[in-house]
Amino acid sequence: MAFSSAPSPVPSAGVATGSDLLRFAAIGSVDDGKSTLIGRLLHDTKQLFDDQLEAISVASRRRGVDGIDLAYVTDGLRAEREQGITIDVAYRYAATPHRKFVIADCPGHVQYTRNMATGASTADLAVVVVDAVSGLREQTRRHCCIAALLGVRHLLVAANKMDLAGWDELAFRAVADDIGELARRLHVESVVTVPVSALHGDNVVDPSPNTPWYDGPTVLAALEQAPAGAWASGGGSGPRLPVQWVVRNPAGGRSYAGMVSGGTLRRGDEVVVLPGGQQSTVADIRTFDGPLPEAPASLSVNVSLADDIDVARGDLIATVGSAPPTSPELEATVCWFSDRPIEAGQQFRVKHTTRVTPARVVSVESRLDVASLELRPSPHLADNDIGVVRLVTATPLAADPYRVNRVTGSFVLIDEATNATVGAGMVGAPAIAEPRGS
Amino acid sequence: MTATIDAALGNEATGSPAGGAPRPDHLHLLEAHAIFVMREVAAECERPVLLFSGGKDSAVLTRLAEKAFRPGRFPFPMMHVDTGHNFPEVTDYRDRRVAELDEELLVASVQESIDAGRVAEPVAGGSRNRLQSVTLLDAIAEHGFDACIGGARRDEDKARAKERVLSFRDAFGQWDPRNQRPELWHLYQGRVRPGEHLRAFPLSDWTELDVWQYVRREHIDLPSIYYAHRRPVVARDGMLLAVSPWVAPTAGEEVEEATVRFRTVGDATCTGAVRSEAADLEGIIAEVAASTVSERGATRADDKFSETAMEDRKREGYF
Repeated sequence: MAFSSAPSPVPSAGVATGSDLLRFAAIGSVDDGKSTLIGRLLHDTKQLFDDQLEAISVASRRRGVDGIDLAYVTDGLRAEREQGITIDVAYRYAATPHRKFVIADCPGHVQYTRNMATGASTADLAVVVVDAVSGLREQTRRHCCIAALLGVRHLLVAANKMDLAGWDELAFRAVADDIGELARRLHVESVVTVPVSALHGDNVVDPSPNTPWYDGPTVLAALEQAPAGAWASGGGSGPRLPVQWVVRNPAGGRSYAGMVSGGTLRRGDEVVVLPGGQQSTVADIRTFDGPLPEAPASLSVNVSLADDIDVARGDLIATVGSAPPTSPELEATVCWFSDRPIEAGQQFRVKHTTRVTPARVVSVESRLDVASLELRPSPHLADNDIGVVRLVTATPLAADPYRVNRVTGSFVLIDEATNATVGAGMVGAPAIAEPRGS
Repeated sequence: MTATIDAALGNEATGSPAGGAPRPDHLHLLEAHAIFVMREVAAECERPVLLFSGGKDSAVLTRLAEKAFRPGRFPFPMMHVDTGHNFPEVTDYRDRRVAELDEELLVASVQESIDAGRVAEPVAGGSRNRLQSVTLLDAIAEHGFDACIGGARRDEDKARAKERVLSFRDAFGQWDPRNQRPELWHLYQGRVRPGEHLRAFPLSDWTELDVWQYVRREHIDLPSIYYAHRRPVVARDGMLLAVSPWVAPTAGEEVEEATVRFRTVGDATCTGAVRSEAADLEGIIAEVAASTVSERGATRADDKFSETAMEDRKREGYF
């Protein structure tokens, strides 16, 4: 049990900077090999500890698997191993000499789309796993669509099971072409497609001898090169501070604690407190460790204002001139996660930034057809549907369009009876949808 | 301006490019997120509690609570679920830290649960670790807690890897891993009905290495047993257990005086030591970075009972 001097699974004990950290989600249809790919990636980059490998090989033998089932690296629940599927997101952490990774291995079943959305909602990039033999399925399209709606701008496509496809370049090209067309329609910024066998490790970490016709990066190389850090900044709206907590200083005065998003908040900034609309100036920004001249997005800080105005949890501090509109009316793209369909007249609680307020559904405008990417009129959204919904809230919300700021542009819908989270909303119509009949 | 903020953030040699935006590093992001989670729980829940075992993760949590709420007081008490089988260095540390913080500490005692007949003392040599679930759930009911903030991390175990940052518990204290609430973005919603509660894990995305690097950056005081020292141990079930009033050598076991340290700190009967010469943080960080055995794999007998030992314990209310 002693520590050994074997090669380090974490070559650098240094502290990574924000852009040296990539958050990615593995998405795609059930049985296309997401968990196996993540298991392979962790295995071949030596991120698995000896005891974890031993436990996985024991579990694999118990279930009659020849060798080790790499899916067990992330499929850790009893029910997942019994059924051979992923039920909920597993988070894993990895580091190479170039980068740290936070990995969300998402479930592929339609039934667990809510868990996939959970995993993809904080991702910079999605690894889309596609079975090269069967090609893109409806669920692959649904996942790509949800990822794009959530603001994922980069896709890394693993055309998997290339061994079963006979290492046929045409099978790979078919996947690359189909996903390229989908990505274009989803307005994704970049797509890299890699021919892999997650089972055997081809082109995952080590280049494969079976694909002489392919000269692109391996999955790992592509992950190390992908743009990162988009998630942490929240967007380019201008600075916002949703007030989480009012701190009463023993020496007198109050400060407002929260996490900055959308830009850098600076001492001396002219700000407005929404929805009330009072104006003041940032007098002081500090953390437990002392004062800061400015607070970049993603820092948790305490802010004091020059004027003694009424500020409470749920209020939003934004700079004058860049402040978001404030309104009780909200049009949003909603992912629905409940057996009971959402329709006009229903009432929920909305959690938007740090405010929870009652909301009523004015109307369900449309439902997104995942296959055609068309918005079609619909009076309701069923479980796992995506569509456009109009809401009216009890308290006006200071909300940005989601594409401008992920923090102030997102909300969840909460069932008033059960407290379950039944929907996820993004302010504005889906940027990806095409007019019907186009 | 750029240099100023790097200095203010405590950035070590990660100076920003001239004229570029300041770059919070990986630990700053983890810290800011953990603070955010704690404030959300404090604001959304009626009666939260901060679980404090005296281990390194709860030491980090406590520092984060200071960062989240000072100059105010913590908006929750601290609570130690005490098996009675403690390392004295850890209880000393616990009492010292609580005194320094000047915050309220509750102690929920497994011994009292045994005395009250709520749980049975395990057979001789057994561990009280699993009994903590009952004591914890009783304390939650007694005090009416609706959220327990704990230091569990997703990198510790394959069941924890599946858990939400705010993890719902039903009226029986159970975790249902097949039916977790969706948790998108950083919208943590903490609404529960009476009798139900949440477990909140601000350190969800931290790794063991992150914790040690943060301990170094923040100069966080820890119990001395985390650092290499000499003590009598016995080898049992592939682990080195410290000889104590509750762990005595049995027939055929030999006591060895070894240089060891603890990688995790829990109940003395099921927490193993590792051989190590790492007497300071630099040594420990180098060791953790080079380790080929996971933190709990090296040191926790409680995870070795079955393939899904942690999931099974969590389902019945464990941390």
